Amino acid sequence: MENNAFYVALSLLLNFDAPLYQIVALSLQVSLLAVLIAALLGFPLGAAVALWRFRGRGGVIVVLNALMGLPPVVAGLVVYLLLSRAGPLGEWGLLFTPSAMVIAQVVLVLPILAALSRQKVEEMLGEYREQFVSLGMSRARMMPTLLWDARFALLTVLLAGFGRASAEVGAVMMVGGNIEGVTRVMTTSIVLETGKGNLPLALGLGIVLLTLVMLINAGAYLVGEFSRRRTG
Amino acid sequence: MTSLNSPFLTSSALLSPPALFFDGVTYSHEEKVLLGPCSFTLDGIGPTLVMGPNGAGKSLLLRLAHGLLSPTEGRVTWSDNRTPRQAMVFQQPVLLRRSAVANLIHALSVNNVPYRQRAKLAFNGLERFGLGAYAKTPARVLSGGQQQRLALARAWVLSPQVLFLDEPTSALDPAAIKAVEAAVREFHQRGTRIVMTTHDIHQARRLAGDVLFLSGGKVREHTPAEAFFDTPASREARAFITGELVE
Repeated sequence: MENNAFYVALSLLLNFDAPLYQIVALSLQVSLLAVLIAALLGFPLGAAVALWRFRGRGGVIVVLNALMGLPPVVAGLVVYLLLSRAGPLGEWGLLFTPSAMVIAQVVLVLPILAALSRQKVEEMLGEYREQFVSLGMSRARMMPTLLWDARFALLTVLLAGFGRASAEVGAVMMVGGNIEGVTRVMTTSIVLETGKGNLPLALGLGIVLLTLVMLINAGAYLVGEFSRRRTG
Repeated sequence: MTSLNSPFLTSSALLSPPALFFDGVTYSHEEKVLLGPCSFTLDGIGPTLVMGPNGAGKSLLLRLAHGLLSPTEGRVTWSDNRTPRQAMVFQQPVLLRRSAVANLIHALSVNNVPYRQRAKLAFNGLERFGLGAYAKTPARVLSGGQQQRLALARAWVLSPQVLFLDEPTSALDPAAIKAVEAAVREFHQRGTRIVMTTHDIHQARRLAGDVLFLSGGKVREHTPAEAFFDTPASREARAFITGELVE
């Protein structure tokens, strides 16, 4: 039976089965957009925490680090409560739409990007600080310089964030609803199809997801190698 | 020597270098006095070489003068009460993870040099320090000597009125040391006040106009170079010059 399912899964993939690729496309859209938004917010946030000394800074760092391990279902629950009809953002009518899934993934990924970029930027700042002060740079001016100089490290961080977003199932299931053709992504379909006993489709999606994760990790490795050689 | 036709570059050469005043400056860390109290004036033409054994407080004095550190007590001031344009070259050059030319362009951009002038000034700076062929090379894969020359080029394009150098040659081979010393002389000829630390007496003899001698966190003497090397006034300086181990 398993061998049979595996065979069918491969043929679905190789024949570009439309529903399967629709699901893959939506997954990529949601996760890429979520990571992009999280990066635009998280990198400056991480750099700011690295640069400025303020009251409660230690607390912020602890919270960011802790939120890296935020259980997806908890993130899903929070976003669900915010977006549900009776919730504060209920008027937007976003619950059970791809937008809601993007928001949930931003919540999951943002702490990872902010906490890891804070670490990278702070390490780099330790090395650069005297030179920066010597050049007369303000902290605000240091931020873009540090973010650019940490670009290879941050790209690895970005890939880690994308890995988390694309592999996660609990949050998107809760706020997306796994509606066929609308909010069904790879992880939620795998859960559903496995439950229904439709193992070929589940397995096909599993293969795609696994391949994606492999590619991401290979990318992270290559970026690291390249930057070591390029920038020393 | 190429001359660089830029108003940004020529302005400092026309002025005499600003004078630096240390007035009862002390620097302490965790209740322990690391430097001072010291009072002196740097108003000669220099170059001023700051000498003394390890741990005498040479680097500390430079960082206080440059404003990287604030004195615990006392004041660091400049003539006309105006802080001059200044730059510092460190023992280990701190270069950005970018190409050589991008390092200079970054420094120019930080100093609000108009965008259109940056690339030209940067390439001229690289040429002057023999790095023209390495413009696109990542700064951090350059050799130690090239990196230090790039750090000097970065200081050069900012046309500082004062240049601090903290043991700039201590990690370099003789050829690279020669290039750095030539660069220091060029800065000096351009009218830049040079304040440089070294523990190498021979280097000090080659470069110094006056010597500020430190030991144990105190300024022991500040005299013209000839007088310092021929007839040192303090016991500590005499011992240092004759090669005894000074604490």
